[in-house]
Amino acid sequence: MNVVYLDNNATTAIAPEVFEAMTPYLTSHYANPSSQYSFAQDVREAVENSRDAIAAHLKIKSSELIFTGSGTESANLAVKGVAYAHRSRGNHIITSAVEHPCVLESCKALEKEGFEVTYLPVNKEGEISIEELKAAITEKTILISIMFANNEIGTIQPIRKIGDIAKEHKILFHVDAVQAVGKIPVFPKELNVDLLGFAAHKFYGPKGIGGLYIRNGVRLEKVISGGHQERNRRPGTESAANIVGMAKALELCVNSMVEESQNESELRDYLETELVKKIPECFINAKNANRIPGTTSITFKYIEGESILLSLDMYGICVSSGSACSAGDLAASHVILGIGVPIEDAQGTIRFGIGKYNTKEECDKVIEVLPKAIEKLRMMSPLYNV
Amino acid sequence: MYSEKVIDHFQNPRNVGTLENPDGYGKIGNPSCGDIMEIYLKINSNHIIEDVKFRTFGCASAIATSSMATELIKGKDIHEALKVTNKVVMESLDGLPPKKVHCSVMAEEAIQAAILDYATKNNITVAVQACDSHTCGGCCSK
Repeated sequence: MNVVYLDNNATTAIAPEVFEAMTPYLTSHYANPSSQYSFAQDVREAVENSRDAIAAHLKIKSSELIFTGSGTESANLAVKGVAYAHRSRGNHIITSAVEHPCVLESCKALEKEGFEVTYLPVNKEGEISIEELKAAITEKTILISIMFANNEIGTIQPIRKIGDIAKEHKILFHVDAVQAVGKIPVFPKELNVDLLGFAAHKFYGPKGIGGLYIRNGVRLEKVISGGHQERNRRPGTESAANIVGMAKALELCVNSMVEESQNESELRDYLETELVKKIPECFINAKNANRIPGTTSITFKYIEGESILLSLDMYGICVSSGSACSAGDLAASHVILGIGVPIEDAQGTIRFGIGKYNTKEECDKVIEVLPKAIEKLRMMSPLYNV
Repeated sequence: MYSEKVIDHFQNPRNVGTLENPDGYGKIGNPSCGDIMEIYLKINSNHIIEDVKFRTFGCASAIATSSMATELIKGKDIHEALKVTNKVVMESLDGLPPKKVHCSVMAEEAIQAAILDYATKNNITVAVQACDSHTCGGCCSK
């Protein structure tokens, strides 16, 4: 059976051009980029050229970009690195209640070490309130960390406004941009952002490589101890293949961004419209928010998400769910709950992530099979009164 | 992840529905756990379960275990039916992934609740006690 992959927010397929660009560094060009002999020179050049290319796309300096092992690692380094480096100045961090666990858990770990964290609530579109942000700032605030775009519902936060406030109060501003880079224009310097994280596998690059923009002058403590790679910010032998892959992936995305985001938005809107037409009592979460293209979170009342997911899996369709039974930690999605969806509805929430390889035919397949699947599950549900 | 039997019971669940004027009725769970299970029993004067129906709000494991559980207790007398534990149900399904085992506990508890309901209404002693903590079917004990 053909796979209909509609979970591009979870991860994306590696683009063929990316794989091609990576292969020499997985085969003949295997030297450690930090080695001093000529055999390693090509590899070092490839790493630095990739750094220059990615930095140019983000309109930052090469000296401000370091490579990490993942989006999660970038967030850990940014949040904990800033917290530890600035703890003599203050111990208060402001973030949002709908951040990815890599930020939330970093904050919770810091709370155990004496830091105080404010988790700003969001409205039903998933946005934080600028007024509440301002009200939360104290003399001890050293970091604001707000994600660019939400992985579950797609909502884009008012980053520029937050950046302006952070700058005014001289507070460092970190943005987890893992769901934004490659999909929409992201220029941290234009937004007064001091640190910004991303990961290649969300934009058709390989898994196991992330990036972190650290504005020149920002003090940061290392979270990994070791050698002096990446300007002594992140020890560990650089993966040339992954770095080259990430640069190629970003280049491809930037070159086709306008067309692809248009396509994905259209397919997303089409899927939403048709499903709402054909399935009673389903609703689109954060429908009126400014969202990244391709992402839609849909709640189907009276039934549970993992059973919907498995029903679609029977047809080869891959999506993800916000239900407790489909989460690693067996808790319903904090994001869906955070936008005010009641818990029983949060359990019946599915996320579709449309990407550049998806087609209208694939959406039509979902539109054809999902209504029947939902109806079948509803007939079994004690919450559904026919 | 799931065995063929689980997939079969998920795609073709047996005994879905309700019974009017059930002799025994049990409901376990709540939405915050993501699991709710209802069992309806028709029991004859010899305490044999003649018919059983279920409704479930829950994941594929919950649905499959409900379906299998109803199959296993049909035709049994109520005391025999109480021996259909979640372990028995899981084994009949060729096992569940470890993280999904808790979903099978609901089926056992819903059956117990339904039989206890019948027993209470008919002044019969059965080997199960009503327990105040059965609001979430134990699925929250992660």
